[in-house]
Amino acid sequence: MLQDATILSSVLSMIGGGGGRLLEIVLLSLGVTITAVSFAGLVGLPLGAGLALARFPGRTIVIVLVNTLMGFPPVVAGLAIFLLLSRSGPLGGLGLLFTPKAMMIAQFVLVLPIVVALTRQTIEDLWTEYQDHLTSLGAGRLGSIPTLLWDARFSLVTTMLAGLGRASAEVGAILIVGGNIAGFTRTMTTSIALETSKGDLPLAMALGVILMSLTLAINGLAYGISRVGARFSGKS
Amino acid sequence: MRDTTSLLPLVVRDLRLEKDGRVLLDVPVARIQNRKRNVVLGPNGAGKTLFLKLCHGLVPPTAGSIEYTSPRPASEIRRRQAMVFQKPVMLRRSVRANFTHALAMAGVGWSERRRIAAETMAQFGLASLADVPARVLSGGEQQRLAIARAASLNPDLLFLDEPTSSLDPTASHQIEDMLEILYERGVTLVLTTHDLGLARRFADVIFFFHNGRLVEESDTQSFFNNPKTVEAQAFLEHRLFW
Ligand SMILES: Nc1ncnc2c1ncn2[C@@H]1O[C@H](COP(=O)(O)OP(=O)(O)OP(=O)(O)O)[C@@H](O)[C@H]1O
Ligand SMILES: [Mg+2]
Repeated sequence: MLQDATILSSVLSMIGGGGGRLLEIVLLSLGVTITAVSFAGLVGLPLGAGLALARFPGRTIVIVLVNTLMGFPPVVAGLAIFLLLSRSGPLGGLGLLFTPKAMMIAQFVLVLPIVVALTRQTIEDLWTEYQDHLTSLGAGRLGSIPTLLWDARFSLVTTMLAGLGRASAEVGAILIVGGNIAGFTRTMTTSIALETSKGDLPLAMALGVILMSLTLAINGLAYGISRVGARFSGKS
Repeated sequence: MRDTTSLLPLVVRDLRLEKDGRVLLDVPVARIQNRKRNVVLGPNGAGKTLFLKLCHGLVPPTAGSIEYTSPRPASEIRRRQAMVFQKPVMLRRSVRANFTHALAMAGVGWSERRRIAAETMAQFGLASLADVPARVLSGGEQQRLAIARAASLNPDLLFLDEPTSSLDPTASHQIEDMLEILYERGVTLVLTTHDLGLARRFADVIFFFHNGRLVEESDTQSFFNNPKTVEAQAFLEHRLFW
C-alpha cells in the first residue's frame, strides 16, 4: 500500500518537473475540449435562439428531443460515432477513427444539445421581456435574434461553461472513438481511467489535480463574468 | 422641419379584439388627429393598453380597420410611430447603447446614430448617465430614457402607456415637460393615464374606455365639465362600478 506522503510528493514532482508526457496529455485534452465546445457554441447558440423564436410544426417535439439529448449517455454517443467512423461505416472513408478529430466530434455531439437547450430557454425568457419593444422597432422575430443573443451574453457564458463541464469530464465517448493511444489520443480523463486500472496512482492523481485546478480556474472566471453581468442586468 | 404630409389622422373603425370568445376590445369609431394630445382614460382592465397596442400594430385585431390618411407601405408606417410601454423595456446595455440600438433597428447609419443619441441624451438630461447600465437607473430615469429613446426615432405619432404611473410628483413633472417638448415639436401623442390632473392639464381630446369599449370621445373641457355617459360620470366622481 502506498503512503499518502509518497503519493503527494510524486504528484508534486510530476506536476513540477513537468515531464513532456504529462504536458502533452494536458494540452491535447484542452485542445480537443476547447475546439469541440467552440464549435458547439458556434452552431448551438444561433440554433437555440432560432428554436426559441421560430414557429414551425413539430417544434414542441424538437424541443423535447433536444432536452432529452442533454442527458444522452456518452458511451452510447461514442458507440454511434464509432459505427459512423469505423472503416465499414458511412463516414469510414474519412479515416477519422482513433484520431483527436474523432474525439472532437464526439464531444461536439455531446455538448451541442446542452448549448441548444439552455440557449433556447434563456432566449425565450428574454423574448417575453423584449418582444413588445423589439416588435415596435420593426425587428421581426428572426431579426431580433442578434439583440437577444447579445443581451443574454452573461447567461450564455454559463451555458457554455455547462457545455465545457460536460466535455472536460467526459471519458466514455472519447475512449471509444479515440482509442486512448499514448501520445496521440490520450487525454486527462482517459489516462486517469487507464493509470488507475494499471495501479499507477501518482500519475492518475497528478492528472486529477490538474483537471480540478483547471475546472476551478474556469469557474472562478465564470463567477467574475456573472458579477459583471449582474451589474448590467440591474439587481437580478 | 418635419414632413408635413402626415399619416394622420388615424381612423379606427369597428375595431374588435376577441379571445376565447370574450370581447376584450370594441371600438366603433375613433379618430386620432394630427398634432393633438390624446389621452386615453378608464379604470383598470378597461382596455387602454390593448387599444394602444392595436393602434400601434403590435396586436392584430379580430375585426375592423386601422387606417392612415395617406396610404403608405406598412414598413414606413411602422417607422413613423413609436411606443413607450407601461413597464419600460430596458436593454441590458448602457444608456447610450439603448439609443443606438433603437436607431440601428430604424436603419440609421453608425455615426448618425451616435450623434442623435448624444443630442437626445443632452436634451433630456441623460448625458451624465450615458455609460451607466440602463437597468440600474431609477424608475423615473428609466421612464425618461424610454421616452427619449422613442423620441430619438423622430416619430410622427407616439404612444405612451401610463408614462407617469409609479413616479413621484417631481419625476412625473419631468415626464410631463418632456411630453410638452415633443408636442411643441409636432409629435402627435396618445397616452393612457390614471392621473386625472394630468389629463385635465394636458389633453386636447379624451378617449374614455369602460369594459373594453370606447364609450366616449370628446374634447377635454366637455369631458370633465359634462360627461355624456353615466360611466364617465361615475369614473370622474370616483364611484366604484363595474
Ligand atoms: N393577451 C391577453 N389575453 C387575454 N386577455 C387579455 C390579454 N391582454 C389583455 N387581456 C384582458 O383585456 C382586458 C383589458 O386589458 P388592458 O391591459 O388593456 O387594460 P388596461 O385598461 O390597460 O388596464 P390597466 O389600467 O390596469 O393597465 C383585461 O381584462 C385583460 O385581462
Ligand atoms: Mg394598461
